[in-house]
Amino acid sequence: MDHTTENMIENTEKILEVENLTAVYNTDAGVVHAVNGVSFSINKKETIGLVGETGAGKTTTALAIMQLLPERTGEVKSGSIRYRGDELLTKNKAEMRLIRGACISMIFQDPMTALNPLMTVGEQIYESLAIHNSNKTQKELEPRVDELLELVGIPARRKINYPHEFSGGMKQRIVIAIALACEPLLLIADEPTTALDVTIQAQVLNLMDELKQKLSTSMIMITHDLGVVAQTCDKVAVMYAGEIVEYGMLEEIFDPKRPHHPYTIGLFNAIPSLTGESRRLKPIDGLMPDPANLPEGCRFHPRCQECMERCKSGEIYQYENGTHKIKCNLMRKGENDGRAD
Amino acid sequence: MSKYILKRLLTLIPTLLAVIFIVYFIMDLTPGDPGTLILGERASQEEIDAKNDELGYNRPLPVRYVNYVTDLVRGDMGNSWKSGRPVMGEIIARLPVTVTLAVGAILIGTVIGILVGILSAVKQYSFLDFSATAIAMALASFPGFWIGMMLILLFSLYLGWLPSFGGGDLKHYILPWITTACPFMASQMRMTRTSMLEVIRMDYIRTARAKGQRESKIIMQHALRNALLPVVTILGINFGGLLGGTVTIETVFTLPGVGSLIIEAIRTKDVPIVTGATVMLASFFAILMLVVDVLYAYIDPRIKSRYERK
Repeated sequence: MDHTTENMIENTEKILEVENLTAVYNTDAGVVHAVNGVSFSINKKETIGLVGETGAGKTTTALAIMQLLPERTGEVKSGSIRYRGDELLTKNKAEMRLIRGACISMIFQDPMTALNPLMTVGEQIYESLAIHNSNKTQKELEPRVDELLELVGIPARRKINYPHEFSGGMKQRIVIAIALACEPLLLIADEPTTALDVTIQAQVLNLMDELKQKLSTSMIMITHDLGVVAQTCDKVAVMYAGEIVEYGMLEEIFDPKRPHHPYTIGLFNAIPSLTGESRRLKPIDGLMPDPANLPEGCRFHPRCQECMERCKSGEIYQYENGTHKIKCNLMRKGENDGRAD
Repeated sequence: MSKYILKRLLTLIPTLLAVIFIVYFIMDLTPGDPGTLILGERASQEEIDAKNDELGYNRPLPVRYVNYVTDLVRGDMGNSWKSGRPVMGEIIARLPVTVTLAVGAILIGTVIGILVGILSAVKQYSFLDFSATAIAMALASFPGFWIGMMLILLFSLYLGWLPSFGGGDLKHYILPWITTACPFMASQMRMTRTSMLEVIRMDYIRTARAKGQRESKIIMQHALRNALLPVVTILGINFGGLLGGTVTIETVFTLPGVGSLIIEAIRTKDVPIVTGATVMLASFFAILMLVVDVLYAYIDPRIKSRYERK
C-alpha cells in the first residue's frame, strides 16, 4: 500500500456520524425544540464548522453528542450518534464516561468559568489524565502534565498556579490542554474564541490547528464567526432554528457563484469586507423564532426576503449537488443548471 | 498569611475594649450597689459605704473602667459580689459544660446538615429533597425548649433510656446535643443545599463531566469545596452563638454551663460575673470569626492571595 492510498483510507474513516438527531428541552414554559433532525458526519482529521446565530441549536447538538444535556430538562428524542460506527445513544452512564474525555473531548465557550477556581491547573490537567489512566501512578502521569502545558505554550512550572492567576487566553490554553490530555479522536470546540479578544483569538485558533495536525484529531468547530470557519474548517453546516439549512465543503459554502440558502447569504452580508468597496452591512431582519413555537414550513420563512407561499407550510425541498446540500424551495427550479436566480 | 492573622489579632484589642466599655457602662446604669448586695439589706449605711469604698465602687466610671481593663490584662476579672470568689475561676468552672454542649451540637448539626444538604441538592425535587426540606423547616420553627421537653418526655420519661437533667458523663449530653443541634442542623442543611445547587450549575462542573469524571467525585471534589464558603460562615456564627446562647437548653436540662451562670448573675445583680462572662464570650466570638476568615483562605486560593497582598 503506498502512502496516498493509506492516507485516503485513513481520511475516509468516519469518526462521527450524526443522523436525524432531535433534541428538546422540557421546560415549564413548554417544550423547546432545540435540535430538529440534524445529520452530519466527520471523517478522520476533518473539521466541521457548525455555524449559526445564538440559539440555532449548535451547543445543544454538541451536548447531545457528549450526553451532557441538563439531566432533568434536556432529552434526545430520536436519531443516532455513532462514534466509529458505535452507537452512543444506547450507552449507559458508565460506558459514556469512558468515551468522554478519552475519545471525545469538549472545549467550552467561556474559559473564565470553565476551570475550577479552587484547584491548581496542574491538578485539573492531571485529573483528566488520571480518570482514563487508572493503571498509572501519579508519578508516571506527572511528566505528561508538564508536557501538555508546554504543548499549549505555558511553562510547566506554572502548574502549581490557580486559574485566577492566568489571563483569559492562557486559561483557554489550559482548557485545551485538559481536552487534549488523553489524545481524543474528536474534539468539540464550542465557540472557543468568543470570550477572548481578537489578538488572542488568532493565537488560540492557530494553537488548536497546530495541535489538531499533530494529534490527527477531528474537530467540530461551533461558531458564529465565518472568519473562524474559513480559517479552520473543511466542511460547514449552517444551522438555523435547530436545522441544518445548508451543508457542504468549505469551498462550496464560500463560493459566491454557487447557489446558497437565503440565510447563508444573509450571514455573509452581515460581515464587513476589508478588501471590497465599503458598503452598508446588511443585517438579517427579524429575530430567531422562539424554539418553543417554531413556524410551520421553512423555519426561516418569516425572515426570508424571497419567501414564497409554498414555504409557509409542508415539506421543504432538499437540494443536493454532490456534497453540497441546501434545504430551500428556491432550489427547485435551479435543480438542473445548479443556479438559483 | 501569618502577617494577616497577626493584623487581625491586633484589631481584636480595640474591639474588646469597646465591648468591655459598653458592658461596663450598661451594668453601671442598673440600680443597686455591691455593698448592699454583699452585706445584705440589714447592714448599716456606714458598713455599706465602707464596703463600696473598699471595692472602688465610689470612684467615677472612667477610672473604674481603666482599672478593670488593667486588671483584666493581668488575668484578673475581679471577684463575684455574691460568692466573693474570683470571676475567672467561676467562669472556667462552668466552661467545660458549655463547650461540650456547643462542640457536640455543632458536630452533629454540621455532619448531618451538610450530608442531607448535599443529597437534597444532588437529588433536587426528589421525595428525599422534599421531605428533608419539610423536616428542616419544622426543626427550625419549633423553639428549642419545646423540642427539649418533648425529647425528655419521650426518651427519659416514657422510654427511660437517657437522663433528663444534670451534667456528668456524656450520656447526660445526648438530649441537649440533639436539641441544640436541631435549628442549627436545619440552617446548615438549607445553606448547603442552596450553595450546592448554585455550584452544580457552574461551567467547571460541566468541564469535569466532560473529562469523564464520576458523578460522586464531581460532587465531593469539585462541587462541595466550592460550596463550602457560606457553609463555613454559618458554622462560625452558630458556634459563636452557641457558646453564649445555650441558656434555654441549659435551663431545660439543668446543665451548669456559662449560660445559666450569666442568668443567675443577672438575677442577683452580680455585676463582675456578668461583665466577665460577656467579655469572655465576646472574645470567643471574635476569635471564631477570625478562624472562619482564615479557613476561607485555605478553602479558596483567591481569598488567600487577596489576604497576602494586603
